[in-house]
Amino acid sequence: MIETETYTINIGPQHPSTHGGLHVEAIMDGEEVKDAIVHVGYVHRSVEKIAESRTYAQFVPYASRLDYLASHLPTLGYVQAVEKLAGIIVPERAEYIRVIVSELSRIASHMIFVGSLAIDLGATTGMVYCFRDRERIMDMFEMSSGQRMIASYMRLGGISADLPESFYPAVESFINDLPGMIAEYHGLISGNEILQERCKDVGILSAQDAVAYGVTGPNLRASGVDYDLRRDDPYGIYPRFEFRVPTGQNGDSWDRFMVRIEEMEQSGRIIKQALRDMPSGEIQAKVPRILKPEKGREVYHRVESSKGELGFHLVSDGSDKPYRVHVRAPSFINLMVLPLICRGGKLQDVITNIATLDPVLGESDR
Amino acid sequence: MEHLFTNIAQILTSWMVSLGLPPIWADLILLIGQWTIIVVIVTLNVIVLVWLERKISGFIQERLGPNRLGPFGAFQTIADAMKLLTKEDIIPSQADRWIFMTAPMLFIVIAVMLYAVLPLGQGMEVVDLNVGLFYFISLGSLSTICLLMAGWGSNNKWSLLGAMRSVAQMISYEIPLAFSLLGVVMLAGSLNLSEIVTAQNRYWFILLQPVAFLTYFIAATAELNRGPFDMPEAEQELTAGAYTEYTGMRWALFFLAEYTNLVAVSALAATLFFGGGQGPWLPSWLWIIIKTYLIMLVFMWMKWTFPRIRMDHLMSFSWKVLIPVSLANILITGLGIEFFRGMGW
Repeated sequence: MIETETYTINIGPQHPSTHGGLHVEAIMDGEEVKDAIVHVGYVHRSVEKIAESRTYAQFVPYASRLDYLASHLPTLGYVQAVEKLAGIIVPERAEYIRVIVSELSRIASHMIFVGSLAIDLGATTGMVYCFRDRERIMDMFEMSSGQRMIASYMRLGGISADLPESFYPAVESFINDLPGMIAEYHGLISGNEILQERCKDVGILSAQDAVAYGVTGPNLRASGVDYDLRRDDPYGIYPRFEFRVPTGQNGDSWDRFMVRIEEMEQSGRIIKQALRDMPSGEIQAKVPRILKPEKGREVYHRVESSKGELGFHLVSDGSDKPYRVHVRAPSFINLMVLPLICRGGKLQDVITNIATLDPVLGESDR
Repeated sequence: MEHLFTNIAQILTSWMVSLGLPPIWADLILLIGQWTIIVVIVTLNVIVLVWLERKISGFIQERLGPNRLGPFGAFQTIADAMKLLTKEDIIPSQADRWIFMTAPMLFIVIAVMLYAVLPLGQGMEVVDLNVGLFYFISLGSLSTICLLMAGWGSNNKWSLLGAMRSVAQMISYEIPLAFSLLGVVMLAGSLNLSEIVTAQNRYWFILLQPVAFLTYFIAATAELNRGPFDMPEAEQELTAGAYTEYTGMRWALFFLAEYTNLVAVSALAATLFFGGGQGPWLPSWLWIIIKTYLIMLVFMWMKWTFPRIRMDHLMSFSWKVLIPVSLANILITGLGIEFFRGMGW
């Protein structure tokens, strides 16, 4: 019998495939992963503490920087939480525009997911195609808000500016081209047998474990749990739209990939409907210059971000600044299943698993 | 044009003999000259290849690729090489100094030695070895040791993992590589590369040995550590695998050697399966360059399209698919030769 021993290998915090400052301590036996320990906190910016010294309106750009890959979604969650707290009614048109930009954000975020999975598995070209298509969304954000990535477009009670005329043809041609883009990803990335081999039956997360760990979003749906906040706990005007919630069966990396691809299609459907029904009118509700919600009020508002359930817990003490802001970051909670799904796999599977859990460290570490 | 280089060599030899040098000395000087030319050509060729690869990857990825320095960015690689030459040469304090330092040098030496037997045109091989193919394959497996030296000597876990992977991979793919070439050897009845080229006078061996060519191509990709088999480097997993601790020119030597190997393996494919320097109108040395470059383009195309295969799939693919297929190919080739001989062809 040959005597063997395990060794520890540090994947990150400086590593090409950890999507930011993530540190995974892998305990290895040869190429096999015995255990993995996730260390987070390298991108901690104390966003929640900063919120306590900013007025309600001033925090919007900070919220934008939580999930920088889909920056409209955290800002949407935050402004809706404040609106709930202060009882602000948002004009119809603003609601529709919010839906359009946040679904575009979701598509952009999922495109990054597909691209980064491709490059993490060594297919450099796949990444470039996804980023090329995402660029069109970034251009649209630049048209609407003046910012590409971290667009602080949402305002308390509305949005910062109405959509410019050039936005409509851009978004329409994008939605029309979306099926073609997805077909291209299927041809180049998901149609590849090597990629399928590396994703199928890798990092299996059972529905039971997913629920027990509090996993949400596409990762939960890939495990077969049919749960989407847009449909099951609707916010804004989401009940007006028709869309399907895609689910997977096995909860492996491949399902997590396919669920996201299908979500892109469904987001396209929602945008189409929103463009069709959008009324004209005001984009900003009357909000007092200095917003002082009632003392002792507390709200928890959650939205379905591209990563999962993104919640904001706000506590008001009657001043113009929140007493406490807590962010329920889906990336952080989703990351915690990484050791579970990596155990017993190969070193290369750890990379696949990190990529398919799709964490954004800015949001996870806050 | 056809005999341009051979004639120059002949003129030089006779000139040296006429100066009163014994013929053996004249041959030796000529040999040294040929080696120098090969080393220079190999190095310059890598500069072209790096530029070409970047341009091709740019084309595949809808980018422009290098386009600033010189026409179409042609001087970019030269600038990069200058940068690498002037970089600090860092040797980690915990590394095994001598092994760490010799690994890249040995790697490039082995890569250049491969060119000794390649017929770069009619009568244009440096050494006309009667076991040329055998020499080529055995040298190819030596480069495994250099990668192991680099990975183990660096004293870094990523490097060691990369080195271990490359050893496992290269040993497994050495076998189908050699087996796939056996079919060609059986048809040509020789291990001498120029004789194999001559044997393809009537038809190229790609027509008779398509399966062997495919297995050779796949196994060669693995031998070259190129994508989708770039296990030892595995940028996204092992940061840079066996090369993690290398900087500056030492790292560049690995890079140089990999491209040198790429040219050698492609040239061998052109020699064994595509009739070497045979072709109409153009001189033979130009034909082999064209064929080699075309094969290299396919290698690059593959690298920029495929994701990286997983280590255990890689091993099982070699042992469960490639080796049985190449063994079956040998059997069928043997039966075919016997059959056609029986028919009196």
